[in-house]
Amino acid sequence: MSAISRRDVLRNLAIGAAGSALRVIPAEAAALAHKMIETEKAASVAGTYAPKYFSAHQYSMLLVLCESIIPRDEKSGGAIEAGAPEFIDLLSSENEDFQAVFGGGLMWLDNLCSDRYDHVFLECTPAQQKEVLDLIAYRSNAKSDPTLSQGVAFFAKLRNLTCDGFYTSKIGIADLQYIGNTAVVEFPGCPPVPE
Amino acid sequence: MAQVIRSPKTYDVCVIGSGAGGGMAAKILTEGGLTVALLEAGGPVDPEKDYKMFVWPYDLAHRGVGVGGRAAENFGEFLAPNGAWKIEGEPYSSAPGANFQWFRSRIVGGRTNHWGRIALRFSPIDFKSKTRDGLGEDWPISYEDVSPYYDKVESYIGVFGTKENIPSAPDGIFLPPPKPRCSELLIKKGCDKLGIPCIPSRLAILTKPMNGRPACHYCAQCGRGCATASNFSSSQVLIPPALATGRLTLITHAMAREILLGPDGKAKGVSYIDKTTSTEKRISARAVVVAASACESARLLLNSKSHVFPEGLGNSSGQVGRNLTDSVGSGGEGYFPNLEKMPPHNHDGTGGMHMYVPWWKYDRQNDFPRGYHIEVGGGREMPEAGMFDDLCEEVEGYGASLKATCRKRYGTTIGFAGRGEMLANPGTYCEIDPDVVDRWGIPVLRFHFQWGESELRQARDMQETFKAIVEAADGRYLTRTAIDGPYPFGIEAGGKIIHEVGTARMGADPKTSVLNSFCQAHDVKNLFVTDGAPLVTNPDKNPTLTIMALSWRASDYLLDQAKKGSI
Repeated sequence: MSAISRRDVLRNLAIGAAGSALRVIPAEAAALAHKMIETEKAASVAGTYAPKYFSAHQYSMLLVLCESIIPRDEKSGGAIEAGAPEFIDLLSSENEDFQAVFGGGLMWLDNLCSDRYDHVFLECTPAQQKEVLDLIAYRSNAKSDPTLSQGVAFFAKLRNLTCDGFYTSKIGIADLQYIGNTAVVEFPGCPPVPE
Repeated sequence: MAQVIRSPKTYDVCVIGSGAGGGMAAKILTEGGLTVALLEAGGPVDPEKDYKMFVWPYDLAHRGVGVGGRAAENFGEFLAPNGAWKIEGEPYSSAPGANFQWFRSRIVGGRTNHWGRIALRFSPIDFKSKTRDGLGEDWPISYEDVSPYYDKVESYIGVFGTKENIPSAPDGIFLPPPKPRCSELLIKKGCDKLGIPCIPSRLAILTKPMNGRPACHYCAQCGRGCATASNFSSSQVLIPPALATGRLTLITHAMAREILLGPDGKAKGVSYIDKTTSTEKRISARAVVVAASACESARLLLNSKSHVFPEGLGNSSGQVGRNLTDSVGSGGEGYFPNLEKMPPHNHDGTGGMHMYVPWWKYDRQNDFPRGYHIEVGGGREMPEAGMFDDLCEEVEGYGASLKATCRKRYGTTIGFAGRGEMLANPGTYCEIDPDVVDRWGIPVLRFHFQWGESELRQARDMQETFKAIVEAADGRYLTRTAIDGPYPFGIEAGGKIIHEVGTARMGADPKTSVLNSFCQAHDVKNLFVTDGAPLVTNPDKNPTLTIMALSWRASDYLLDQAKKGSI
């Protein structure tokens, strides 16, 4: 770890603002602060993940569902690589409403699969898994078959949180090609619009 | 039983609250030579711990939504610290059907740490709107009284903008504005077609170095708190110069409980709870300036009962807590396929909008009185939790197609927020809840709130205008609002816009107002209120700039009176 901490950088930024002789240029300081955060992150990458809330079985389901919602493609990794399941597990461990929605939703899905295919979700064939996901991924299906409404509601929340987990990750932000979160001297304005 | 601890010295002034109004009073009074004790109910700001400038969502385990996802309702983990709709141990109540929402920040600088930096002058007509339409009350002062103080505040804190000569949106002393974003150019094109003005916004953010503070570095994160103080907050721009005088005593974790009345009918000091020890302490002062935020100040006055003022200090008019208003708020969003063509680029800019729509129909006959402005946001912002909720609801599904749609649609949504003038009404006020005290033993507020027909019509007009602008800019308006129910036309619950004002309004007549035109209590001449409470109207201009101008003006008056020995 560098001898200068993020703490020092921010302090210098603040002192600079107050008119001290020590004039840290915000852009340089920001870049440094950012680099240090990255280093800290890299050092803290854990090995295998032990779920905080979900059972091993539920967590295995969650992995499959998250990756189904945002899969790896030719441009970027998927929801698992982005840490979306860990994110959902962390929030669920802290929030009883999430526990009911996701814990209960996963059981609902197993029950549905058992009724339909005589197997829990993870033991269904890929074609069967796709069939149930195609059912619960659209509100209109719950209108034609009201027994699906809880599953549709569960999947909608899971889809939102999976997107949250993916698009707040490093790979998700890169996938969107967001540029910014940095100090610039002048705001460049809007580039020419391609015709 | 613990003994009440009295301060050994008598300060010239005790200021309660360190936000826009209190911070300004502390600065002007100490620079004018007075000693000031400044009470703040929260702790100090610690930029290195509290400000999350440049932090990515993935740097936080909770990705910005907080423990259990619960920070999301308070605008997320990234917001500058200590603001919340609910504070543990410090409740407030709402009368049935009111559902008032009260956002409080217990910290040095208060809500100026996170505010939107929108710094709009009230216009001449805003001070005399009753004369124009017969509704509400006129101010006892005019634009000409306040204008010099707008000049002073803008020159000191720094506000960018442009001269536009629009009567309902007076020009100020402006720094140059930043260049528009793509999304804003698109909205301006739509507005141009409709004959609606779309002009550079007016924000308290430095585009040039000013008064020892460096210029903005365009990270778009003003709401997180700025480590370089390139935007305005009381904690970084008003409190430091006050401390530098050597005459300011800043007392944090100090929850004011009661203003104490002396036998001469003047305020003699303030009783407060030291939250760190849960003990009661007293400050003696020759004058008291209350700036705890409009509703908190009303609560303090109402809780300061005596045989002289059985209904609360300075409340012989019965108007303390009355005339409460918030801004009318309604929002919407549009999808703009043209933005899909934009190459990736840095869209951050300053925190908040670079362009906005000032009220433009002031010279027409509308089916509601007064007006609103429109704030614009969206485009290629830093991704955050919740960003794709609406898209997911629209397109549903999952897998490769969902991911491709998110990629394609990122940055193509622009949001609109209408902010309009609410008329005070008799059904909207705050009072002391007879049954509830907070953890410090202080009786809490109970809110009554209702929107009138004028506000609902305004919200309907906002929705129609948003849709028209979106369509004129070749977009698709995505928002659907109900025409009935608790929130017709998307009107927000009272308090949600965090522009609550009016609870100790100024006026010429002591029978119908609490304060005179210098924010001085009619009943108690060494008592002043300098937050949003004195405001007589709540026009479509966010109140902070006016709060500061009035506080500076009141502080100059207090200094003058102190010199003459009449306080």
